[in-house]
Amino acid sequence: MIEEGLKNELAKQGVVVTTIQELYNWGRSNSVWPLSFGLACCAIEMMAASMAKWDIARFGSEVFRPSPRQADLMIVAGTVTKKMAPQVVRLYNQMPEPKYIIAMGACAISGGPFKQGYNVLKGIDRLLPVDIHIPGCPPRPEALLHALITLQKKIESQVLTGPNRPRHLDAAAPSEFPVPEFGEHDIVPAMNPQLWKPRLVVR
Amino acid sequence: MSIATASPAPRNYEVIPKTSPDGLELEGELLEVAMGPQHPSTHGVFRMDVVLDGETVVKLKPVFGYLHRNHEKIAENTSYLGSMPYTDRLDYFCSLTNNWAYALAVERLAGLQVPERAQFIRVITAELTRLQNHTSVCGFLLQDMGALGTPLMYAFREREKILDLFEALTGARMMCNYMRFGGCRCDLPPGWLDRVQKIVDDFPRFLDSYEAMLNTNEILLARTQGVGRLSRALAISAGITGPMLRACGVDYDIRKVDRYGIYDRFEFRIPLGEQGDVYDRYMIRLLEIRESLKILQQALKAVPGGPVIDPKAKLRGFRPKAGEAYGRIEGPKGELGFYLISDGSPNPYRYRVRPPSLINLTILEDMCLGQSVADAVVTLGSVDIVLGEVDR
Repeated sequence: MIEEGLKNELAKQGVVVTTIQELYNWGRSNSVWPLSFGLACCAIEMMAASMAKWDIARFGSEVFRPSPRQADLMIVAGTVTKKMAPQVVRLYNQMPEPKYIIAMGACAISGGPFKQGYNVLKGIDRLLPVDIHIPGCPPRPEALLHALITLQKKIESQVLTGPNRPRHLDAAAPSEFPVPEFGEHDIVPAMNPQLWKPRLVVR
Repeated sequence: MSIATASPAPRNYEVIPKTSPDGLELEGELLEVAMGPQHPSTHGVFRMDVVLDGETVVKLKPVFGYLHRNHEKIAENTSYLGSMPYTDRLDYFCSLTNNWAYALAVERLAGLQVPERAQFIRVITAELTRLQNHTSVCGFLLQDMGALGTPLMYAFREREKILDLFEALTGARMMCNYMRFGGCRCDLPPGWLDRVQKIVDDFPRFLDSYEAMLNTNEILLARTQGVGRLSRALAISAGITGPMLRACGVDYDIRKVDRYGIYDRFEFRIPLGEQGDVYDRYMIRLLEIRESLKILQQALKAVPGGPVIDPKAKLRGFRPKAGEAYGRIEGPKGELGFYLISDGSPNPYRYRVRPPSLINLTILEDMCLGQSVADAVVTLGSVDIVLGEVDR
């Protein structure tokens, strides 16, 4: 590992020194292709972020792919209902690794204003591993860009080898998650116990 | 826990034997395609189960409910004012008109009067909403036709200007939550009307360039004229409202029929189509924008001073006396109505939304049968649906 001071000194002389890991992560983090998949109100703000005023293309994410096979990032933009939850999980399962999720808006995080509803999933992180949560109802396009930049930082900081390597380089880590089915009253399973570990609050 | 393998559903359509031009009987395989719920052309989480004969649509079954968010049930369990923010999320393109329809229903229920200034603010915000909705819809329609990006970019550029106005007025870009029973939540910020005036003055220029770019475009004409035709009789009997109905040539606009608010004071015309096809629906929306601009010009000149909310309106402990009321307005998508039954308690006994998108969507099959599947996409785009309102 080359030390930072020497690296800067070399850069002044016109010599770029990098590691494979940095190069790999740099390339990945600047071409995150989202799945063009809108669920509700937040999808309009997602679209606004891709339009001229906010221009998500500055961050390399303007290529909204309608097919999950070509996408790296799923922006869960809106309320996930119980009818829609199996399809959301199935879409995620169809995406190739490495893949990331941004839970956009209050509904995707926790059910939001519709949390009392009988048909609303109380947060997509019960079924899928969420990388970034953006609060708001709906979050502004700036907030989505902030989430994207945060995701890029997360990708850039990933260590490719060793015990903390990311999921897509770990053969033992799951890449697909069980698709819930419609049960008698709720989707079955209502949550994935491997992912959803709420802290027990004892009062 | 595994992926369910559904057994094939029994066919409820007839396989029509076809004959070739030579009189020979042909046997074709029918193809069942589920378009959606994740599909770039379905405008959200909507599914069309299409049965195709080659490219021709033989049967089309719309499947709703992927965004059913229990709006009505939640509203029946909360106070009257508590469901005002939820109305924003019905049709998330036009939160201010949703607010107005709900406020109108409650005002009828409780017998509240709206001050003059608030009436003008309501008209101005509603027409601005119509402006941004219709521009975006035209952009989306063109995107469905394959004009990826450009028209929608232009539409969203104008939409952002109007959203900036909404943000200055209400604090939120999309979920405005601005109307209150008996008026509006707050007065206009200083200089707001001048900003509206500037945008209203500039808008025809954008519209001219937009129409010059698109209206005579050969691809647009080929893809829209004669496509998705809806007959006048079917439109009336199916309860279609809004630009869809007027594209069939039926002169029905609730701004003229009911004259709710202060719409009787403005001079504007109702554009009507003839053919009832996708092109007429597209043109009706562009013409309606021009009429909305006329209303805005008249309204902006005459905004009076005074309070913006009825001093008798109580925000706390609001309990209208027992009764029922229906308030309806001409939303950008059609007749948006709220039906309320009060039993004298703080929350409504029954709360029902009459969503224009859902009712306009019911005749989708009639418009699409016999057309190619690509035209079904364009026809759906011209209906102008928002799934938050369809499924509620």
